[in-house]
Amino acid sequence: MNINTTKIISLLFFIFSAFYLYTAYQIQVFAFDENAPFNARTFPIYLGYAGLFFSGLKLILLDPNTIKVDHKNLEYKKTGILILIAIIYGATILKVGYFLTTSLFLFASYYFLGERRWILMFLLSFPFVAAFMYLLHGILDIYLRDPFLQSIGVMG
Amino acid sequence: MIEGILIGLKTALTFQNILMVMVGCFFGTIIGMLPGLGPMTAIALMIPITYGFDPATGLILMAGVYYGAVFGGSTSSILLNAPGVPGTVATSFDGYPMAQQGKAGKALAIAAWSSFAGGTLSAIYLLFMAPSLSKVSLSFRSPDYFALMILGLTAIAAFSSKGQFLKAMMMVVLGLMLASVGQDSLSDITRFTFNNMNLTDGISFVLVVMATFAMSEALTIILKRNDPTSAAKQVSLTELGSIKINKEERTKMYKTIPRSSVIGFLIGVLPGAGATIASFLAYGMERNVVSDVEKEKFGKGSVNGLSAPETANNAACSGSFVPMLTLGIPGSGTTAVMLGALLGFGVQPGPRLYMTNPEIFWSIIMSMYIGMVILLILNLPLIPYIARILAVPKNYLIPLILFFSVTGIYVMSFNNFDIYLMIGIAVVATFLRLYDFPMPPLILAFVLGGLMEENLRRSLLLSNGSWEFLWDRTLTACILVTTILIVVWHIYKTFKRKN
Repeated sequence: MNINTTKIISLLFFIFSAFYLYTAYQIQVFAFDENAPFNARTFPIYLGYAGLFFSGLKLILLDPNTIKVDHKNLEYKKTGILILIAIIYGATILKVGYFLTTSLFLFASYYFLGERRWILMFLLSFPFVAAFMYLLHGILDIYLRDPFLQSIGVMG
Repeated sequence: MIEGILIGLKTALTFQNILMVMVGCFFGTIIGMLPGLGPMTAIALMIPITYGFDPATGLILMAGVYYGAVFGGSTSSILLNAPGVPGTVATSFDGYPMAQQGKAGKALAIAAWSSFAGGTLSAIYLLFMAPSLSKVSLSFRSPDYFALMILGLTAIAAFSSKGQFLKAMMMVVLGLMLASVGQDSLSDITRFTFNNMNLTDGISFVLVVMATFAMSEALTIILKRNDPTSAAKQVSLTELGSIKINKEERTKMYKTIPRSSVIGFLIGVLPGAGATIASFLAYGMERNVVSDVEKEKFGKGSVNGLSAPETANNAACSGSFVPMLTLGIPGSGTTAVMLGALLGFGVQPGPRLYMTNPEIFWSIIMSMYIGMVILLILNLPLIPYIARILAVPKNYLIPLILFFSVTGIYVMSFNNFDIYLMIGIAVVATFLRLYDFPMPPLILAFVLGGLMEENLRRSLLLSNGSWEFLWDRTLTACILVTTILIVVWHIYKTFKRKN
């Protein structure tokens, strides 16, 4: 059997399905429901077997259309940085507030992607987020939680 | 029906809704022109904005985005031979050669008029077909619904997998597994939450759509060093020439449009099929029915060859609304996103939508027509200017997509966990995309997961645990036979290709 990344993904999916199936069998159902034709664990159990079946087939069958990805040409560094910035954004948005974190997230993302036109970067972060917030909060009446703007009295 | 049409017109013709169609068409055209970012991403990015509207307005906006994206995809197909969406690949066969002959404006005009005519005709078909189908679908029972969902999932896996059916089926199962997280709808027993309170209500649909489409597409663009905006920059520099269509060309279109619209609409109605298959079929059929002289022109800038796929892909878009509005079962990934949004509004599409929420049902149908008119009047002359807006570097585009994705989740839950979960799913989806694992089957399965379990539960309880319900009713058996035929046909095709 030719080992390639697709097969490895299928193997991981097979393991995941086995774990899912095991967890499905562990679902606690009410005593009166235990022998019912259908209870909370029935559908997940079928899904677990379906996952094992399809990933198992993918594992054992020959794959004529092998996908080859040239990892040397992939931009892992910038993607990683972007994901990291997004995680930091997610971690701070509740405490710091929507306006400041979103503006800083956009500004930092532009910078790490290689942009250096500072004025444009600024315009497409702080004023842009302010305008978007006005659209959501002011016009469309969608609540946006922002402790920072509330503390300085900009937002009610 | 007349009363319904009037209600729909009244709702669709309010200032706010006309504005939403215009905004939707405009925004959709922009996204559709960017290769890689399709209508699903465009609609997903619109979801946070629709929270502020009533369901009809929200859906009208999304429908406008859908049509706009297909129109935008045609533009980059014709001018650059770089289809923005898969449904417009066949458009490039004759559209691009025409543009190379210095008739770019004419090619765009033919495409726009064909789209308009295809959309208009299919809106008329929808007008008559949807209420009848709604009445028929009232006789559907749980086993039929369950079988129909199996058919829909199998079909979308077969048609969207590019020869990788097993990969698509794995994505279907993954989508269903994600949908099973959280409280069981009947017993309230929590499943797969691992004592995490944030998962008790299950994983949000918006989160999964944003992660698997908007966010993972943005990450894929960076990872693969693609620049979707480069195509748009070229569009803005292209000389379009005259957009006038002469009498001879019009005569050819008059014959092509009706037959292609019927094909497009019927293919669109089928679960899982959609604009791509419709446009290829219409192109193939047109080539078979035209005269030998005209046949020679196919692939070299034929009017029929351009008009047929453009008519069909727009007709298919309207057709794909039929199963969603009448059965509550989306026929494509895009309508699955819309269904999820509708469920978010608390509206349950299905046979009763036509009676319980006629304003939503009819206003969507009416707004489709308005959308077509807007695309024709506004977007066609504005293409070079829209393309100039698009010439923003990807360094700005990508963070803005990420920003819209995170905002969508933030305004929905005000919860860090959801943002982390979205990033996690997006990273996995990006990796899976690299190896050609299709995402639309995952979304459709995620949307249908709850309904599927509910219908299976009812069927099994009624039949006392026996699986005989699958062949007890003729309708259920017919649907399952169709499913089996799709699978067998797909296996046969794979073996044929191998040999």
